[in-house]
Amino acid sequence: MNKKVKTKLTVQIQKKVRRDWQLLLMCLLPAIYFIVFHYLPMYGVQIAFKDFYASKGIWGSDWVGFKYFRRFFHSYQFWPLIKNTLALSFLQILVGFPIPILLAILLNQMKNQKFKSFVQTVTYCPHFISIVVLTGMLYIFLSPRTGLINNIIAFFGGEKKFFLGEPGWFRPIFVLSGVWQNAGWNAIIYIAALAGISADLYEAARIDGASKWQIIRHIDLPGIMPTVTMMLIMEMGKIMNIGFQKAYLMQNGLNISASEIIPTYIYKIGLIDAQYSYSAAISLFNNIINIILLVTVNKIAQKTSENSLW
Amino acid sequence: MFEKWKSKNRSDMLFDIFNYLLLGIITLFVLYPLYFIIIASFSDPDYINTGQVVLFPKGFNTLGYQKIFEDTKIWRAYGNTIFYTLVGTVINIVLTMMFAYPLSRKNFCCRKFFTFFMMFTMYFQGGLMPTYILMQNIKLYDTPWVMVLLPAINVFNVIIAKTNIQNNIPEELYEAASIDGCSHFQFFCKIIMPLSKSIVAVLVLYYGVAHWNEFMNGLVYLRDEGLYPLQLVLRGILVQNQASADMMADIDSMMEQQKAAELIKYGLILVSALPVLVLYPFLQKYFAKGVMVGAVKG
Repeated sequence: MNKKVKTKLTVQIQKKVRRDWQLLLMCLLPAIYFIVFHYLPMYGVQIAFKDFYASKGIWGSDWVGFKYFRRFFHSYQFWPLIKNTLALSFLQILVGFPIPILLAILLNQMKNQKFKSFVQTVTYCPHFISIVVLTGMLYIFLSPRTGLINNIIAFFGGEKKFFLGEPGWFRPIFVLSGVWQNAGWNAIIYIAALAGISADLYEAARIDGASKWQIIRHIDLPGIMPTVTMMLIMEMGKIMNIGFQKAYLMQNGLNISASEIIPTYIYKIGLIDAQYSYSAAISLFNNIINIILLVTVNKIAQKTSENSLW
Repeated sequence: MFEKWKSKNRSDMLFDIFNYLLLGIITLFVLYPLYFIIIASFSDPDYINTGQVVLFPKGFNTLGYQKIFEDTKIWRAYGNTIFYTLVGTVINIVLTMMFAYPLSRKNFCCRKFFTFFMMFTMYFQGGLMPTYILMQNIKLYDTPWVMVLLPAINVFNVIIAKTNIQNNIPEELYEAASIDGCSHFQFFCKIIMPLSKSIVAVLVLYYGVAHWNEFMNGLVYLRDEGLYPLQLVLRGILVQNQASADMMADIDSMMEQQKAAELIKYGLILVSALPVLVLYPFLQKYFAKGVMVGAVKG
């Protein structure tokens, strides 16, 4: 009986493989890619629980349990790092999240097609500028002596400031330059959502004599709410996962008390101080927090509004 | 009734004026910094620094560009980046389309498995150090190949390609073709690829720009300066303020060196962004398309 079931199964598998072998073959190279560049590093995550020595290799190094996690939790850097990372993320969401929505709604109301597409062309453009160039531009425009911003401040009788050297200015500059670079691009998805709203609704509203403000409030906003919720979930899931590059490039000795975030710390501990295991432990901790966050916000979204990622 | 009409029209007109004004200001706010870099790169730093360059270049000169063109380090980095972008993007496209096609077939036996296999890497990563150790172990560290192989597939882009194939090329088409003896390979080469031109354009763009702007992989996995991509050299000059000494060798006074260093920065921003900025207007219609396809859930 058991044997029969087994043979039946193998026959079924054989049949499927015979049918799909070409598709399987096409998956081969991508599968190798994911194994080598994504799953093999996961195997290496164990160094977070070991004292890694290059000479002993990943497998041969000694287990030390949660030593490096404890060290991180007790380190004087722990709370400042968490605070900096979260503060930067929340400010980014608070300022950076609503602006693309606003931009999309304004663009949607713009009836002059030429002007509309011009605005779109211009606002998408900075998205393709590299982070290095963006940071370079910040250094140029905010230069304490010769920068454009300081020239304007001086023109109005203010005092010139070294913005990038002040911890208090790090977060606003980080967030605002991000808005400058990405607001237009991030608006695309809402523009698409607005375009998907049924024309009948607008027609009916017009017949009822609704003003543009009313149309925005009662048709546009409810219409894009599902998209907004989904985007917000994704943003919330990323709050511990801000990009390394920009913070690292904007960082200097003067603003480090605000600009040291978890990703930059992981880089420094690992590659500059060569404390492999410690760095791996912090990065694993961060990754796990990220997953918990994503699952949690998704649960909340499911309960409250039927919109979710999964 | 008439009163209501009037007030509504007035409020709509007010809205339109407000809308034009706000969008105009936003556009200016985005455009001006870019424009300023262009005019500043042709101006005399003395005028720039005292705020006299506002709408047009003043004290026209091309010193910055001359210095950039003379510098071998920049050109080598430029060449490296072109190589990484070209080779990297070709690998990206081949692998992404090759993976997206099986994932788009509803009755492919391992579809669920491979989708999970791919999505899992989006949520859980090995992290910096394990990847770094691996790159050293498999001898990719400090070679050009790490720059093209490490980012060989982007999960988001696979989803975009997969969704596009699903939506635009009906599964029945394959069934019909397979009756006539068409294999999956033939179908992929003769039907899928020619019909996916616009999505391939989107992918070329996304991957290409990503390679062009790549900074972190160079920082972490390359030590040999001869292999550095453009962004790494740019960072030295723009952010760390290290316009190389040999660039300035023929300039005597500190003041003049300072000025040249500044012009080099403006010019370099332009030179480095040039390929993207030149292609951008032509390819713009494809950009948005990718975002919208990717936004479709599932």
